Amino acid sequence: MPDRLRQYRPLLLPVAGLLAAAALLAVPAVGWAAPAVQEGHGGGGAFFGLMPLLILFPVLGLLINIAWGRRLDEKWVGGIASGAAALSFVIAVLQWVSLRAVGYEAQTVYLADWLAIGELRAPWAFQVDTLSVTMMLVVTGVGTLIHVYAIGYMHEDVRANGDPARFPRFFVYMNLFLAAMLILVSGDNYLTMFVGWEGVGLCSYLLISFWLEKGAGGIGNARAGRKAFVVTRIGDWAMLLAIFLIFWTFGSLNYQEVFGAAASFRLDAQGQWVVTAITLLILMATTGKSAQLPLYVWLPDAMAGPTPVSALIHAATMVTAGIYIIARSNALYALAPFSAGAVAVVGAATAIFAGSIAIAQFDIKKVLAYSTISQLGFMVAAVGLGGYVAGMFHLVTHAFFKALLFLSAGSVIHAVEHGHHHAAAHHTAGGSGPAGDHVPAQAHGGAAGHVDAGKPGQEDHGEHDALDPQDMRNMGGLWNRLPVTKWVYLVGALALAGIVPFSGFWSKDEILHDALGQQNWLVFGLLTVAAFFTAFYMGRQLMMVFAGQPRTEAARHAVESRPLMTIPLIILAALALFGGLFNLPSIAGWTPPGAHALGDWLDHTLGAAPGGEHAGEAAEAAAGAHAGAAQAPELNLMVAGISTVVALGGLGAGAALYRGRPATAGERDPLRGVLGAGFTLIKDKWYGDELSDLLVIRPYNWLAHVSADLIDWRFWHDWFHNTVIGGIFNGFARFSADFLDLGVVDGLISQAPAVLARAVADGFRRFQTGYVRYYALIVFVGVVAVLGYLLFVR
Amino acid sequence: MPVNVETVIFFLLAAMAIGAAVGLLLSRNAVHSALFLVLNFAVVSVFFLFLAAPFIAMVQVTVYAGAIMVLFLFVIMLLGAELLRGGASGRWHSALAVVLAAGFVGVLGYVAFFSGIAPEALPNVDAGFGGPQLLGMDLFQTYLLPFELTSLLLLVAMIGAVVLTRDARTRSAAGPGARP
Amino acid sequence: MQSVPTVYYVALSAILFTLGVLGVLLRRNALIIFMSIELMLNSANLVFVAFAREFGQQAGQVFVFFVMTVAAAEVAVGLALIVTIFRAKRSINVDDINQLKG
Repeated sequence: MPDRLRQYRPLLLPVAGLLAAAALLAVPAVGWAAPAVQEGHGGGGAFFGLMPLLILFPVLGLLINIAWGRRLDEKWVGGIASGAAALSFVIAVLQWVSLRAVGYEAQTVYLADWLAIGELRAPWAFQVDTLSVTMMLVVTGVGTLIHVYAIGYMHEDVRANGDPARFPRFFVYMNLFLAAMLILVSGDNYLTMFVGWEGVGLCSYLLISFWLEKGAGGIGNARAGRKAFVVTRIGDWAMLLAIFLIFWTFGSLNYQEVFGAAASFRLDAQGQWVVTAITLLILMATTGKSAQLPLYVWLPDAMAGPTPVSALIHAATMVTAGIYIIARSNALYALAPFSAGAVAVVGAATAIFAGSIAIAQFDIKKVLAYSTISQLGFMVAAVGLGGYVAGMFHLVTHAFFKALLFLSAGSVIHAVEHGHHHAAAHHTAGGSGPAGDHVPAQAHGGAAGHVDAGKPGQEDHGEHDALDPQDMRNMGGLWNRLPVTKWVYLVGALALAGIVPFSGFWSKDEILHDALGQQNWLVFGLLTVAAFFTAFYMGRQLMMVFAGQPRTEAARHAVESRPLMTIPLIILAALALFGGLFNLPSIAGWTPPGAHALGDWLDHTLGAAPGGEHAGEAAEAAAGAHAGAAQAPELNLMVAGISTVVALGGLGAGAALYRGRPATAGERDPLRGVLGAGFTLIKDKWYGDELSDLLVIRPYNWLAHVSADLIDWRFWHDWFHNTVIGGIFNGFARFSADFLDLGVVDGLISQAPAVLARAVADGFRRFQTGYVRYYALIVFVGVVAVLGYLLFVR
Repeated sequence: MPVNVETVIFFLLAAMAIGAAVGLLLSRNAVHSALFLVLNFAVVSVFFLFLAAPFIAMVQVTVYAGAIMVLFLFVIMLLGAELLRGGASGRWHSALAVVLAAGFVGVLGYVAFFSGIAPEALPNVDAGFGGPQLLGMDLFQTYLLPFELTSLLLLVAMIGAVVLTRDARTRSAAGPGARP
Repeated sequence: MQSVPTVYYVALSAILFTLGVLGVLLRRNALIIFMSIELMLNSANLVFVAFAREFGQQAGQVFVFFVMTVAAAEVAVGLALIVTIFRAKRSINVDDINQLKG
């Protein structure tokens, strides 16, 4: 009987957890929902009370996995984490339903007081409006799919990296990230938002350096994590300053109060300066978190994290936090046209800059990383132009297709790794070839030797001791090996390139339309070229990965991933394909059903922002911000034509250039022939890392060294501290110890009573004979004496 | 001092009680001491009867002279400690004890006979005074809590006695180290 | 026996008590010391009963009852201690037991 019961023991904890979750669901449903109903919005708004559960579920999931993750099966660990994400998604959908029921009116769901210091009031409260719910849906929806995918991916990954016990940790971090991200998007004030902002930064750091003992030199991943943390910290600092300034200026941190105050803000010279400073600081925070120029440098390195992390954090959600916060603060940007313009220019410049780098990368994930930076640039440019709807639209579609691309890339990498192992095993078993004498355990080394043998050029190759499964030069010809991945990758690539009717076309087109609508030729031009780059590198990537002949044994033996990984891919592919339907424009006067859905939906928050007429005037004077966002966009056939031509041209150019090439893993990149030395320049990322190394890191290290070694250690520690202070202190201590303490205190206060006590005790101990009768006799003496006293003396 | 039959009987019995106590004090053999003590208890129980305490007198005979003294005899014989020899304790010590005792008796005697308390005959008491019925009423009504506490005390004493006299071997076998 | 005054009983009790004290002080046998203690308790009982008679209060007799119970408990524990001491030291001479000597 016990044995039969024991097999159900793993079930016990998850079931208990689910019961607890159900109980927690029931309590607020009764407790919190009831007031919400009483507020008179009818039954539809009842779900606002469930809002805290949105964050509670991931927290619950991570707590369960912390407590019992090591004892649970991988299936359960992943299931709990994914289940928590899915439940959050359900809550987010319920928020959407509730919002519909109350006519899209923004709601505040109060949970508890947090800080209340003087004027500063920062409660734990949730802002439920169309903007935050959009973010919630994207975060939880895409997050759930990525969680499911990660179950399959991490199963392989932890084994490939030789530490299966780290599986639960990954999901703990992922759930933590979800919770932090949801705090970020759902907080109703800047301070709560900042909590989430820092939380996602922490999770990003933890997940980038997830394999902290791996990477270049055994420390590469840890360095990448540190770089991300430190670089985004600069942005966080700016965000903190912005928050301080906002409180100082508007006397509140609550969104609605701040924007309400902004509507009646007196825009004199000083006010203009302050608002511009605030908005520029927020832009700086955005450049950190959303990887814009010049703080973009951390994002490519962040690809050291496992691929689901790249998809979730560094493509779909966290990096869009900057766009969210600019969209959220639109009332402030409406007051500061200069900042809005700066935002647009920074975005557009980043878009073209990162796009150009992506062209010449060989690492499949690095291409996508620079592509992400570039697309984030599109979004930032859009919100800078006041096209908040366009920016958010692109954010949503980008979340779909970039997550899809990253996950597909993960699938490709897995396939190549599998093929690599297969080939290596095959190779070693055959016992022939130069690597035949390798022991089987060193399968990597064996195959690498084989690959090296067929590679004379050695162009642009770094380390090749082991085959790099992410290097596109080691791929090729995967079209026939990956029946599912190839289609979803194609969908993602076309969506990213902006081909009709994939989702990317509609969102990118809307951004370009906004740029053109404001006659902002600089931004429009930059973005158009960036769009060309986008299409080009996607065409290049498709050709290098899937077309032609396999360039390595690994690619020849690549195998498709498990359904657990491919099913989320298919769902994401469907979203990437049809995501444009969320916000179709009118086409030639005809408005398709459901057109501008996202625009109308977001308009309730963005358009109704209490910027009021005052802000509206400023915006129209500056950039026509609100007008641009609020008006239903018409499909501008010229813009659509330009972008289609650009996309097709880019794709075609890429495809043509890389058709059948490189034929072998070591062959020169054909683009090098076209660009010459320029290729090296963009391949080395315009030497951005080197530049920052020279301008920032080295002086910083030098300064740190001087401070630490010369000033702190030699002067302060060695001389001042050790010699001066230490000498005085030691002298005084010696005086106190030898003279005061030993001589005076010990001698007079301690020793003398001790000697006295000993003498007295020596006298008294004679009385203590140990004989009971003796004691009794003494007692009896006392008795007689007392009686005699009482009778005769008194 | 009134001289009548009752007083004579009292003095005879008192002499017996004192004699028994002195015998207890002076016997070399512990068994003899114990028997003297039994005699003393028996005489005192007669006094209890005189003093209208029949229940207490019976308890005295059964519990004290019976159970407790049997226990004493049992232990004496178990240990084989009837005759104890050993070094004498200090002379001055014994002398001081006797002097003090004399002083003590002197003090009390002074109080009894020379402090002005007239030796009077005893008053009457109700019928049944000190009998089992009335005493039981007192015990189970006024003194119920002390009575119950006494039972607890007896239980504790019993456990204590059992624990103290357990064999060393049995003790270690039941100790924590020997637990299976 | 109404003609014997209470004072006589008190005097008898005092003599018995003193003899008990002398037993404790003079004898070395732990068992005899113990018996002397019983003698002292008993003499106290005698006074209790005597005054109960004098004042017509049964409370005195109730107290005697409790004293006897406590004495019984004391004897049980005390004899157990003596047995244990005898086991350890092979002696019940109180002059052999002076480990508390200072």
